[in-house]
Amino acid sequence: MPNFIMSYLNSKDAITPGAAGSQFWALIYVFIIFAGVSVAVMAMNWLERKALAHFQVRLGPMRVGPHGLLQPFADALKLMLKEDIIPAEADQFVFWVAPLIGLLAAFIVYTVIPFGPSQAVSDMNIGILFMLGVSSLGVLGIVVAGWASNSHYPLIGALRSSAQMVSYEVAMGLAVVSAILMTSLNEKGTGTLSMIGIVQAQQQQGVWFIFKFFPLGLLAFVIFAIAMIAETNRAPFDMAEAESELTAGYHTEYSGLRWSLFMLAEYAAMIAVSSIAVALWLGGWMRPFPNLLHAPAWDFIFSLFPGLTFLGLAAIAFIGTARMPAHSFFKIQRIGLAVFAALLGFLALLLLVIAVAGRSADTSLAARFNEGIDYVYWFVLKVAVFMYLFIWYRATWPRYRFDQLMKIGWKVMLPISLGVLVVTAIVGVIVS
Amino acid sequence: MSSPTNDRTNDRTNDASNRALSHLDLETPEKPYLDSNELIINMGPQHPATHGVLRVILKLDGEKVLGTECVIGYLHRGVEKIAENRTYTMFNPYVDRMDYVAAVSNGLGYCEAVEKLMNVEAPARAKYIRVILTELNRIASHQLWLGTHALDIGAMTPLFYTFRDREEVLKIFEKYCGARLTTHAFRIGGCQYETYAGFEKDVKNFLTFFLPKIDEYEALLTTNRIWLERTKNVGVISGADCIALGVTGPVLRASGVKWDLRKAQPYAAYSEFDFEIPVGTNGDTYDRYLVRMQEMRQSLRIIEQAVNRIPEGPIMGKVPKVIKPPVGEIYHSIEAPKGELGYFIVSDGSTQPYRVRVRPPSFVNLQALDIMVRGLLVADVVAVIGTLDIVLGEVDR
Repeated sequence: MPNFIMSYLNSKDAITPGAAGSQFWALIYVFIIFAGVSVAVMAMNWLERKALAHFQVRLGPMRVGPHGLLQPFADALKLMLKEDIIPAEADQFVFWVAPLIGLLAAFIVYTVIPFGPSQAVSDMNIGILFMLGVSSLGVLGIVVAGWASNSHYPLIGALRSSAQMVSYEVAMGLAVVSAILMTSLNEKGTGTLSMIGIVQAQQQQGVWFIFKFFPLGLLAFVIFAIAMIAETNRAPFDMAEAESELTAGYHTEYSGLRWSLFMLAEYAAMIAVSSIAVALWLGGWMRPFPNLLHAPAWDFIFSLFPGLTFLGLAAIAFIGTARMPAHSFFKIQRIGLAVFAALLGFLALLLLVIAVAGRSADTSLAARFNEGIDYVYWFVLKVAVFMYLFIWYRATWPRYRFDQLMKIGWKVMLPISLGVLVVTAIVGVIVS
Repeated sequence: MSSPTNDRTNDRTNDASNRALSHLDLETPEKPYLDSNELIINMGPQHPATHGVLRVILKLDGEKVLGTECVIGYLHRGVEKIAENRTYTMFNPYVDRMDYVAAVSNGLGYCEAVEKLMNVEAPARAKYIRVILTELNRIASHQLWLGTHALDIGAMTPLFYTFRDREEVLKIFEKYCGARLTTHAFRIGGCQYETYAGFEKDVKNFLTFFLPKIDEYEALLTTNRIWLERTKNVGVISGADCIALGVTGPVLRASGVKWDLRKAQPYAAYSEFDFEIPVGTNGDTYDRYLVRMQEMRQSLRIIEQAVNRIPEGPIMGKVPKVIKPPVGEIYHSIEAPKGELGYFIVSDGSTQPYRVRVRPPSFVNLQALDIMVRGLLVADVVAVIGTLDIVLGEVDR
């Protein structure tokens, strides 16, 4: 093997490829993350339609593949084949470039998301700053799209979106700062802006920041959790694309692939902001109770979780297969679902084998691989909870009005987050 | 190209659009629209929240509504003109197509108007059946209103709950007369059909089924903070304004005017039942919501009394085969789910009405839109359109 591949694998400490200077592995990570996020967006698409449907006493997609499992693929195909309309009155270039801005902003954020202590593209020392900065750029795509469409409804949607961003970024930033303040209470006594550093600070202090200085951490988390819904234009803050008011808001004039890029960016941004929340307050890649249940036996038990999760999913798919009507019409669907279940079961077995093998492995590489799976699993699981919450909010709540949203942003969330920041600082000084 | 005919057509269209926009005090249209501070946007006729094909021209300052202009007629089918070429019996199914979510009420109003003109009366049993079906229809209409109104304000889920439960009402209609929406349930002089075996049981089952469902809807919305913020003090209209504009129905009652034709001028068998008229105080969207929710409960009360006391007997009065009312005119109105639904029928003594004029509640209530939304935001416009509970089939006829 060439040296530039192996040197990173052979390095003793857990370090990101970016920090180790291994461009090859950084590129590999970028590809894996890009593919992973795309798959996650597709899965999210399916899950949102299904979960929303079940909230609303209906079945959701059932026709394309067993339980509509192939619906995202069918949608993607349809969107790609659709005519790409650029309105004659639109600013052609800006119209063309707007979805790309949103998409780039949503995806660049993933370079610093810490899936594990070494499972990130890079460990930037200003990671959180970079993340907030780049993810706010997504709004630029929306504003530009609304302006370039040269149409009334998109323009109003774009204006709403920019106003929304201004009112929520501030409270969001202050909430983030109060979490960063907490990192300065670790052993070394210095705070950090690095995403990995923030999670490691929680590890050292032995507490997720959501529980730190109760209820200060919780308050900051809640403010961030509200602001991140507004940031990603999701219900109940989806004024920028309020269907019943602005037909489709900023993307009214978009169609086909270009429209799907907006959707991709929206879902990618949702995952990205959820990742920030997980890293800052929910202990990032850490499994539950790492300091209470720290015996090797506990490590082993928790390392079985990824395999068991997939086993559970496989079981659900198998039950679904068994419950399908015995009519010959469902034959292909039954076979399809059984294959899918078998695939999940195979993945589960693979993960379980890795967990068992990783425990007794003496090579550091196998142990590190096993560890990496655990880290990514717990991180993704926490993010998935947020994804579910996004769907839940959408199914439950009416939409806020534009001025009410501004009122909440400036008159409620900003004072609270400022107060939380000041009190956190004072408590931090007293404690240290 | 410049044939005289074409010119005249163009002039006419220009005149019409100028007239339509005249009271909005439009600036000179030569200015490019992005440079001016005021924005004229067209909401509808293809818009998800205008409940069909209503077109509202909005004059906006940013998001603030400075004025509105409703353009209607996209669903005009000439129902009133059709009446002049049909016999009284033949016209009966047409009225179902006006307010198609409350077809039973339309039919009741028409049949009672013709009966009054002919001076016949439906037998007691027919009247009770009419009350039961009409009140069921009121519930179905309010359910559809609730679902779409909540959807306009952004809550998706109530729509599916209300449609699920509305299905139970429609099933009863289907069992009774074979149709679910445009029922044509009544006939001049009584009812089309005798109730089917198990009708009373079905209705009673519905009563016990539906009461908890109203609580379920209310649990989702009534104390929901966002719902309160979106509906309280939105689209306020005073009782005096309502009366001046002729607004009726729940909109009028939410403004504090206790006016319900079922009590004020009892028709069918309504004088025999004990029920209350829910009244609001502020005349805002939230009060209208509460009034309609209460009305559903009151409708259940009426149905319960009616189904328990339904008398035996014939369902058709003594009506000749060929309906030929004497020369004269009649105005008869009933309390449809949306307000006062009146029929003015002029008879020239033949089998066909000389003129039928319908007073549709939606059409009259829609006039209040401009007063209600001035000074509010775009998001409130859809909330107010929803709270007015208009059906374009009835507005345009």
